[in-house]
Amino acid sequence: MRSEITDALVVGGGAAGMAAAVELDQQGFSVALIEREDELGGVLLQCIHNGFGLQEFNEELTGPEYAERWIETVKKSKIQVFTSSTLTEINLLERNLKECFIYSAVHGVLRFTTRTVVLAMGCRERNRGNVLIPGTRPAGVYTAGLAQRMVNIDGYIPGKEVVIVGSGDIGLIMARRMQWVGAKVHGVVEIQPYPSGLTRNISQCLHDFDIPLYLSHVVSRIHGIDRVEAVDITPLKNGVPDQSRTFRQKCDTLLLSVGLIPENELSKQVGIELNPLTGGPMVDSMLMSNIEGVFAAGNVLHVHDLVDFVSAEARLAGQKAGAYLRGWRPKLEVQVKPGANVKYVNPTKVDPTGQSEIFLRPLIVSNHVSLTLSLDGTVIKRQKKAHVQPSEMIRIKVNSKIFDQHTLKGDTKIVVGLEEMD
Amino acid sequence: MPDQEQNQQYDVTVIGAGVVGASIARRLSAYQLRVALVEKEADVSFGTSKANSGIIHGGFHHEGSYLKTKLELQGNMMFDQLQRELHFPFKRCGILVAAMNEEELKAIQFLYHRGRENGSAGIELCSRERTLELEPKLSPDVVGGLYAPIGGIIEPYRFVFSLVESALRNGVELYRDFQVSRVERDGADDFYRIFDRQDRKILSRYVVNAAGLYADEVSQLFGAEEFQITPRKGEYYLLDRMTQACPSKVLFPVPNQVSKGMLVIPTVEGTVLVGPTAEEIRDKEDLSTSREKLDSIFDSARRMVPKVSTRDVITSFSGLRPVLEGDDFYIEVSKKAPRLIQAAGIQSPGLTAAPAIGEYVKDLLKKAGLPLQEKPDYQAEVPRVPRVRDRRPFDVDDLVRRNPAYGNIVCRCEEVSEAEIIEAIRRGHRTLDGIKFFTRSGMGRCQGGFCTAKIIEIIMRETGLPYHEISKRGKESRVFWRSL
Amino acid sequence: MAEKTATKDMVCIVCPIGCRLKVSQTGEEVRVEGNRCPRGEVYGREEILAPKRTVTATCTVISGRHRRLPVKTDAALPTEHIDSLLQEIYRLKIEAPVEAGQVLLENFKDTGVNLVAGRRIPN
Repeated sequence: MRSEITDALVVGGGAAGMAAAVELDQQGFSVALIEREDELGGVLLQCIHNGFGLQEFNEELTGPEYAERWIETVKKSKIQVFTSSTLTEINLLERNLKECFIYSAVHGVLRFTTRTVVLAMGCRERNRGNVLIPGTRPAGVYTAGLAQRMVNIDGYIPGKEVVIVGSGDIGLIMARRMQWVGAKVHGVVEIQPYPSGLTRNISQCLHDFDIPLYLSHVVSRIHGIDRVEAVDITPLKNGVPDQSRTFRQKCDTLLLSVGLIPENELSKQVGIELNPLTGGPMVDSMLMSNIEGVFAAGNVLHVHDLVDFVSAEARLAGQKAGAYLRGWRPKLEVQVKPGANVKYVNPTKVDPTGQSEIFLRPLIVSNHVSLTLSLDGTVIKRQKKAHVQPSEMIRIKVNSKIFDQHTLKGDTKIVVGLEEMD
Repeated sequence: MPDQEQNQQYDVTVIGAGVVGASIARRLSAYQLRVALVEKEADVSFGTSKANSGIIHGGFHHEGSYLKTKLELQGNMMFDQLQRELHFPFKRCGILVAAMNEEELKAIQFLYHRGRENGSAGIELCSRERTLELEPKLSPDVVGGLYAPIGGIIEPYRFVFSLVESALRNGVELYRDFQVSRVERDGADDFYRIFDRQDRKILSRYVVNAAGLYADEVSQLFGAEEFQITPRKGEYYLLDRMTQACPSKVLFPVPNQVSKGMLVIPTVEGTVLVGPTAEEIRDKEDLSTSREKLDSIFDSARRMVPKVSTRDVITSFSGLRPVLEGDDFYIEVSKKAPRLIQAAGIQSPGLTAAPAIGEYVKDLLKKAGLPLQEKPDYQAEVPRVPRVRDRRPFDVDDLVRRNPAYGNIVCRCEEVSEAEIIEAIRRGHRTLDGIKFFTRSGMGRCQGGFCTAKIIEIIMRETGLPYHEISKRGKESRVFWRSL
Repeated sequence: MAEKTATKDMVCIVCPIGCRLKVSQTGEEVRVEGNRCPRGEVYGREEILAPKRTVTATCTVISGRHRRLPVKTDAALPTEHIDSLLQEIYRLKIEAPVEAGQVLLENFKDTGVNLVAGRRIPN
């Protein structure tokens, strides 16, 4: 078994992993980047549509193009890249060292000893079992991301007559993709009263093709023995299915776009404390988990809707992991809590002496909202927001200046809320 | 008899490659016989044997006068040796029946006496304290229990796969996608001519009807006894291995007049099964699951194990029990069709009893005139398939050195390597479900979201099958519509 | 006789607010209602007079490490040409190696729009 030593080991070679690895490399640390597929890029490689990169590169790129920019940067670095390699186990050793086992057809089993680990494994799709759709179990039921891979990478079209459950962005993008490869999409069924994807995708992926969007509806049953033959669609009335208004839609394929969950099996195995609201690790102002030297960024930390935010967050994780390696720690941290109409905030701690960024996920759809930051009960910042909705994460910058007039203690708290105005 | 028919002549044909048919075929493979095993589905174990509780029962559920009770206890005792030979996942973890009130305490005393009479070794009544010590995941409201240490758990499809593999290694011939649809016997010889829907034909002197849900229809095709098999549906929910609700023993509630109650079953692979319901239906193909029963199923399970939660559900499925009037197994030499053995109505505890049924049917065949002579070169053991998941990194390094495909992890949730998938394909499993049941790839929390595309690629590469023949479980269950 | 008025409801996608626009066209004259800012008016006008979309798809790539090559138009294409462009894309067979940005179809239907490769595919 080959044994290696490194300053930092980054798990996952997608958008987050590459950004974190590049940052650590630029700070002069030795970095190993572990990727299970045979090339870097992660899920971006199957996202052939455009709309990526406006923040990072100031232009609109497709997923593969966005990935390629980062891959070029990685190539020019000293990062040791291990593709076709799966990290299966992390063990905690003495003096905060970590032992990582990596399985690979190319390299055999690798044993890495490292001072820091950056988790960047991304997320996975919720599936039929998670949302408990009743009915038969025929072929033709796929998560939207799997269908996207089948069409865009492998070149096989999973079906001809399609219904999509959930109006998440991958589902919407796949609606257009299926239309563009000659299939017919009969409708998108969304349990919420509002769409969960971006407005732009509703417009260009559904309206352009006259695809009906059934808000406040559920797929209540799947029919078909060997292959999907039809689904029952039921409207909700006061939040519960109104069976009397169920209608049947013939189709041979059901695509599910019903949410993403951070991939944290490895994190759980190491003993990382997870945030039940995000499904990702609880992290401090350094994006470090409760385990010394283990950091997290990107969709493994919380599910983002823009890859540009993933890159930015991972760059920060790389910076902080570098600072950690040099022995730096924040002197004092201020806790951040979600307030009114906010599902979660991330990270849950900030360093009051530096610039910080906080992501928050709204719980409401509104065009008249004021975002407020309160420090131990006193409002210290108020910002008008023209529009908020759950599918669009809000990023706020917190300047150290706002803490100037306050005496900070160990239990000082910031609460971030969204107040609806009349 | 025309020459071309010589090739399709068998001494015995076993119809149905579920756990019963597979056990019989394997048992017969120890003798100098030509045996065919025919299955209407694309792979073996695709009927009732793939969707059940996977419990090796403890012999206290039914009275000793039943044939099934006798076979259940005999079968139970055969599993240790079978596992040494066939290496399927099996654990004698014990069964605990939890009494939640005084009335239920009386009921388990009754079960205890019946278990004693039947010969359930080591069966005991437990105080509340002892019950909770045996199973700390139980609700503190429990008042006592019945413990059957001979009970256990098994991965039923893996058991069937290994039985069939052993049978094939010893010369049994397997016909997949062979749905018996016509039977002829002209009286000129002792052969049944058995046709499938594509008019494929095999000839057989003796026939065993182990067709499960369809045993009634098969019996009719042979002009044998008339009876009716009614499907009784059982729905299950599978919980992720991260659940806090995983018990160490199979947990049974005490059945009452209103409800049978839900079991909480730890699978050998670390996940948890909650179920099953019991619903008489008509359609033998109706494997649909419902939503209406979800709450009652989980309420019932939570009464015993409070930590059972719908949040941990990764999938749900249902299975159909082949129920015959009279409630016992029907395993006899047919009185109407010569040289036909009926093995019908084999619902619970059929999985437990299967090895003993193999023995029993072999004896019936002998009684019906089949000469049995042992094979000198019979091989009881099948080679073990190394699994990356069960090994430490140092051992995996050795495996990868011998075969690099062990280093390519295809299914991340269940940690299944490419080498294991290739092995499944080489052993004849060419559908997504077949590979899933053989390797566990796609059985974990992502339910194939990440690995399905890769597995399809491997199937196409290894078998040369075109994309339009890739299926979930054979027949019309095709995965793709067209290629770009 | 007065000219006919065609009306279309749409959602503005210039920013996340998503104003609901009512765009009506009478001859050459276009009226946009419901927009909160001037960008919305421009969007509504363009959507009714000359809607355009960036097209992304994949085409066959031969002897490379992959089966499919992602492709895109380097500018938004008038929507009436999308179907014929897609047909053309699915007929294309490109030999590896391919460089990102390589032009695969030039000046499609005289629109000035090119189809380019979306990634590098080595031999």
